[in-house]
Amino acid sequence: MLTKTLSGTLSGLLAAVLCFAAASAQATPAIQHWQSTSGAKVLFVENHDIPMLDVAVSIPAGSSFDTAEKSGVAGLTHHLLDLGADGLSEDDVARGMADIGAQFGGSFDQDRAGVSLRTLSSATERDRALDIMARVLQRPLFPDEILVREKARVIAALKEAETKPESIADKAFQQAVFGDHPYGLRVSGEIASVEKIAVADLRAFYETHYQAGGAVVAIMGDVSRDQAEAIAEQLTVGLPGGAAPAALPAVATKIAASERRIAHPASQSHILIGAPGMARSDPDYFPLYVGNYILGGGGFVSRLMNEVREKRGMAYSVYSYFMPMKQPGAFQVGLQTKKEQADEALQVVRATLAEFIAKGPTEKELIAAKQNIVGGFPLRIDSNRKILDYLSVIGFYDLPLTYLDDFPGKIEQVSIAQIREAFARHLDPQAMATVIVGAPEGAIAQPTTQQEAAK
Amino acid sequence: MRIYLFCFALLLGGAVQAEVFERTLANGLKVVVKEDHRAPVVVQQIWYKAGSMDERTGVTGIAHVLEHLMFKGTATVPAGEFSKRIAAAGGRENAFTSYDYTAYFQQLHKSKLPLAMQLESDRMRNLKLTAADFAKEIKVVMEERRWRTDDEAHSLLQEKMMAAIYQQHPYQHPVVGWMDDLEALTVGDAKAWYARWYAPSNATLVIAGDVEATEVFALAQKYYGAIPKRAMPPRRNYDEPKQLGIKRLVVKAPAELPHMVMSFRAPVLRDPAQDWQPYAMEVLAGVLDGNESARLNKRLVREQQVASGVGVGYDSFARGPGLFVLEATPSEGKTVIDVEIALRKEIELLVKDGVSDEELRRVKAQVMAGEVYKRDSLFYQAMQIGQLESLGLGHRAVPLMLEKLQAVTAEQVRQVAEEFLRDDSLTVAVLDPQPLSGKPKRPPQGTNHAH
Repeated sequence: MLTKTLSGTLSGLLAAVLCFAAASAQATPAIQHWQSTSGAKVLFVENHDIPMLDVAVSIPAGSSFDTAEKSGVAGLTHHLLDLGADGLSEDDVARGMADIGAQFGGSFDQDRAGVSLRTLSSATERDRALDIMARVLQRPLFPDEILVREKARVIAALKEAETKPESIADKAFQQAVFGDHPYGLRVSGEIASVEKIAVADLRAFYETHYQAGGAVVAIMGDVSRDQAEAIAEQLTVGLPGGAAPAALPAVATKIAASERRIAHPASQSHILIGAPGMARSDPDYFPLYVGNYILGGGGFVSRLMNEVREKRGMAYSVYSYFMPMKQPGAFQVGLQTKKEQADEALQVVRATLAEFIAKGPTEKELIAAKQNIVGGFPLRIDSNRKILDYLSVIGFYDLPLTYLDDFPGKIEQVSIAQIREAFARHLDPQAMATVIVGAPEGAIAQPTTQQEAAK
Repeated sequence: MRIYLFCFALLLGGAVQAEVFERTLANGLKVVVKEDHRAPVVVQQIWYKAGSMDERTGVTGIAHVLEHLMFKGTATVPAGEFSKRIAAAGGRENAFTSYDYTAYFQQLHKSKLPLAMQLESDRMRNLKLTAADFAKEIKVVMEERRWRTDDEAHSLLQEKMMAAIYQQHPYQHPVVGWMDDLEALTVGDAKAWYARWYAPSNATLVIAGDVEATEVFALAQKYYGAIPKRAMPPRRNYDEPKQLGIKRLVVKAPAELPHMVMSFRAPVLRDPAQDWQPYAMEVLAGVLDGNESARLNKRLVREQQVASGVGVGYDSFARGPGLFVLEATPSEGKTVIDVEIALRKEIELLVKDGVSDEELRRVKAQVMAGEVYKRDSLFYQAMQIGQLESLGLGHRAVPLMLEKLQAVTAEQVRQVAEEFLRDDSLTVAVLDPQPLSGKPKRPPQGTNHAH
């Protein structure tokens, strides 16, 4: 059970300077980079401390490539990759990995479909694990009877999700923020659209989107450069070729203000507030990142935490974040609070947000934020797993290979004016979407009155 | 809430024992240092052997409430300063409370260890507890309870099931506490709890990272050594009475899908060298649910399609009694009775035919690989040490545990299934899903307004 905390004064500027100096001296992993003959982008960090290997393949085949009509195709394509491939049944895949203690993982969001592997680096285990992974990525079978079964499971999960306040809120929020843009589609699809999906849809999606040219292979651990090159070939040479799929439409970055109140019997209201935020490539990335740390990203010491939890005891968790994606992902503020005080909490959050956007942080807050982010930099790259994730992000979002080396310096350069300007460019407190699930009872009876009160 | 640690992973420790050093200060504080020089970082964890199982009826939740209050300041570190100073040092921090213990941690650059030690040792004895802070924080805890339990159907099922399983043992009470108790708690209860349990001889300090053990011991002496020794009051150990027949309960809560949990009373590890059953039960859990093609998922979800999801839970590490848990969500058109029948069929097969050598080898291979993977997480390695110390098993038992796990035979797995997966010690809990009174149909209730 996690606790949290509060506010106070700051350590001196001197400490901040020392702190930055120490962190700047931090060695970052040496990233090797090349393109495989298949056209995939490869990022590799060689490290022999632990006899193990992590590999992750990222493909631009997330849910934003779905259509509303067949929402869920992208997710099911990804989900079925390891449920039968090139002579291997789903049981062969799972047992083959378990027999050698290898771990197969998957990740999936609006942008990215990812497959990852962790295995012992000894030749027998490594070769067997990579052989299975290569087949799963390049020769998935999409068996019809398995699709039928998995669709039923996805639909069951979607029905369950429709009873959960956090899921109801998330769905309404994505729709309010992104409208008809594919980022507004639910990642796992809708009940009605999933029902319509057939094997042919998965095959077509796979052929169109799982292309070597778009793939990013991240390799971290106990192999040599030569071995890493061979691994990248092995995992991508058989991926479909062809023309790159059409680019996504642009996210409309400005939305009209909206407020949606949805009844729910839960004892708490789940509140989400936000708008389209920033793309991963946004030149304002660092000012927005640092600013958000101060506003609602910095755990126990953020403004939102201080106002809502520490001063008023109104919530256990309150946060804000930017989700940087290929296109501008959402800026989101969230909290849960008991129904009776939901409107009061909403006012506190809106006032805190508006104040921050209007005035930006104080000098003290900026120093404290830099101390934490720069001073904590070593914690971002202290394990193979974390480095692997950075390799994938750097490759997938076309960040410079020096991203990690540059990171502390970029943070240190951020000024109060930059934060204020960046927030003003991206967020308008008068033009945000608000969703309240489990809204105060009065609000359901008299939505207009309550909505007025909440302004 | 209880943190469910995966026992397999926990047992994977071992190989690097040579780099673990320990020393006990004169005041009784045990200090364990795990050197790991891969990155210039360090984690500090302090584990107090006081969890919700040490609470009395009427003051449930106080262990966790005190955990929250530990961030509220001391005589020399004002409210809010603890977190601010850790943040300014680039650190991450938090705390957790379970049935068995309460722990606090910070992760930082290695040069910041003295700061973390200074702050953590200060609040071991100088915590300032005020009625005003208490009044505010108890509201936060109530929100936490609403969020984690009251509005979560599966958490409610779990809470009510534990209350049904245990008649006497304090595991019958939720870690977060009953809402009625939270309403009644006072700052006096928090002070009494702090005074009773927060002492060096009731704690284990674990430091892991890019440090030298001798330097860490010197720092520990400097910051923690001056805290006076204090004798701990005798602990009341409860021996839950034997269960004498199956128990069944139904929980109604807003949800779409029904759910069913079968909890069997089971042994936990007390003597790492002499015990064998807990190891066999760990392997049993792996055979049933250790990978996507392990027995339960393969048969119930993939082949029979009677369930849309299955799970197995067993934790051989606990101060109190243990449970071996099977759970399943019926597929569309199937019922909780169907999944119970299917799970019972699997138990019958286990008892009759046992497990194959292939299944046994597979579980053991996963354990051995996990032993290597564990080295990638400093925090996790520290967790393992802290937990084993808090349970009285000792971190040095890890290689032995690993050996014992590797030595488990197919017949032992069959035997524990036969001995423990029986109706007389079984509780079956069922979630009976209720429609949301204001359930969003098509379109959802509620309105869109432009501001």
